Amino acid sequence: MTHWIIAPVVLPAMLAPFIVLAARYHIGIQRVFSVAGVLALIAIAAGLTWQASDGTVTLYQLGDWAAPFGIVLVADRLSTMMVLLTGVLALFVVLYAIGSGWDSRGRHFHALFQFQLMGIMGAFLTGDLFNLFVFFEVLLIASYGLMIHAGGNARLRAGVQYVLYNLLGSTLFLFALGALYAQTGTLNMADLAERVAMIDAADTVGIRIASVMLLMVFAVKAALVPLHFWLPSSYAEAPAPVAALFAIMTKVGAYAIIRVYTLIFGPDVAATEGLHGLWLMPLALVSLAIGMVGVLAARQFDRLVAYSVIGSMGMVMVSIALFTQAGIAAALYYIIHSTLAAGALFLITDLARAGRSDLDLTAQPPIAGGPLTAALFFVAAIAMAGLPPLSGFVGKLLILDAGFASGWVIWIWAVVLGSSLVSVVGFARAGSTLFWKARSVTVPDDVDEPEDTKSLENAEATLHGEARLVPSTLSYAAVGGLLSLLVLHTVLAGPVYRYTDATASQLFGPDDYVSTVLDTKGKLTRPKAESPEGSYGGAGDHGAPEGDAKEEGH
Amino acid sequence: MEFLVASAIGVMTAGGLYLVLRLRTFPVIMGISLLTYAVNVFLFASGRLTLGAPPILTDAERYTDPLPQALVLTAIVISFGMTAVIVMIALGAYLGADDDHVDDPAKGDTAAEDKA
Repeated sequence: MTHWIIAPVVLPAMLAPFIVLAARYHIGIQRVFSVAGVLALIAIAAGLTWQASDGTVTLYQLGDWAAPFGIVLVADRLSTMMVLLTGVLALFVVLYAIGSGWDSRGRHFHALFQFQLMGIMGAFLTGDLFNLFVFFEVLLIASYGLMIHAGGNARLRAGVQYVLYNLLGSTLFLFALGALYAQTGTLNMADLAERVAMIDAADTVGIRIASVMLLMVFAVKAALVPLHFWLPSSYAEAPAPVAALFAIMTKVGAYAIIRVYTLIFGPDVAATEGLHGLWLMPLALVSLAIGMVGVLAARQFDRLVAYSVIGSMGMVMVSIALFTQAGIAAALYYIIHSTLAAGALFLITDLARAGRSDLDLTAQPPIAGGPLTAALFFVAAIAMAGLPPLSGFVGKLLILDAGFASGWVIWIWAVVLGSSLVSVVGFARAGSTLFWKARSVTVPDDVDEPEDTKSLENAEATLHGEARLVPSTLSYAAVGGLLSLLVLHTVLAGPVYRYTDATASQLFGPDDYVSTVLDTKGKLTRPKAESPEGSYGGAGDHGAPEGDAKEEGH
Repeated sequence: MEFLVASAIGVMTAGGLYLVLRLRTFPVIMGISLLTYAVNVFLFASGRLTLGAPPILTDAERYTDPLPQALVLTAIVISFGMTAVIVMIALGAYLGADDDHVDDPAKGDTAAEDKA
């Protein structure tokens, strides 16, 4: 099973060039391969998750180079869970893109989509900080392409900001990595964990600076509030299926924070003392508040959803900043929920756009298929705002419960509950304006031709005429699928929480991770006689590390 | 030498940051390029500054840490590609809107531009 770890990275990486080279002019073949690829990814991810679910940490050494020098991929509970989540989200997104015809409005949608998946999967699986940077760049460069897919001026301008902001983030990432390497002489996460713990409490200044810079980088990715400016316009302007896929990209930032700040800079490490309480928690609370106020203040439907993503990331961060096992477990539960809910909401904005001239929150004539869209929006908004009975409510309860033991309890309860109220009002206002007030508007004669051709997709909509006014069944099915997953996430809250709780306990006991990565055969420090001669790259050699890992896992 | 390298990194970073804070795309892209130069030199220096030593493990007494050189190589390639991407996107945005501002236009502006 060891080789399967590389599959989520290699499969999209092979599929994307194949789609570009062989199926360039055949959108049908592209679609088939894209969907098949995502289905295969889900199957692999499910296998990996099953493998990791008993606490096993599996190691994959790229090129059979051993850990501190070679690059490794590591599959533990957290990374496999995120890989599976990405695969599931990607399936519904690609189905929606096919159903709504978004993928045929520009070129190479499916190829870029696969490259994006490759970057995300790699970022979740890698065990090396520099490699994390490389995978960040892979996922970003694909997202640049997807972001400006189907063209249009507003989209290009938003794209410029998005790319610039992320380039700055990448530069900061490199500075942080350089500082970290200068201090410790390694960039492997497990090795770093050992070395940072060994550093004297007296000379932690350099490490502290590096760790704060890293936190800033991940906060940019996670759209934590002072660094969130790139998100609203880029997510609102991006094509809807792309924005829905981007819902997982903010989670990459959250994942990186969880991984790095439990494994390397744990709460007990002298270098990062006070970092979580002093910096992360207030910023998380502010993001939560600002995100939800943004929901109330937004004038366009797509901006509203973008702000709700910021708010839900704030919620995740509040829970992460607690840095207790209960906090991380609640955060992971909420990450799954908010990824699915944000994905569904972005797709619903596109459903609501069909037949309307823009997404302004003003009363416009009713549209065909409106009631169904309204119902879907109702469910998704309940989930996102955290009303019972859906998983947003369960997640919030878990976070409130986890926050109860901390010194921040008053702040957490006040902000979480207050922002929930604000977001309920915001979503209710949006829903009633979009779907109810439409009844009070008389239908003008030229409803088929949106007079304000805002960008290319509207021109396209006019071209296709009626076809675009009612979204296809597949589009509705994709959104419905995401929402039914949310329901499932609520019904299975018990088992899911048990899983995330076990994941959190694995994160807080990183010994398995460190020993699996560092104590595998082939290290320079081991005598050469131990590894069987001439077996480099042979099948026998790969079985051994897995066996070791399994023993240590139990 | 340490002072020279450190001040070079400092000056490039400061210049880059100043340019990035400008409003128009061309200075911002130049600023990004300066910043990537700065970070490349910084990465290079993170393996300690050594003069006249080979970057591989040999029998020699002294050698340079080879890893930062590999990191810099990767970083250069990536930043090169990214700069090309941002130049193309910025050019597209400029040609489409006849205006190379980086910030978000007011809503009325885009509608006017798109009609034109």
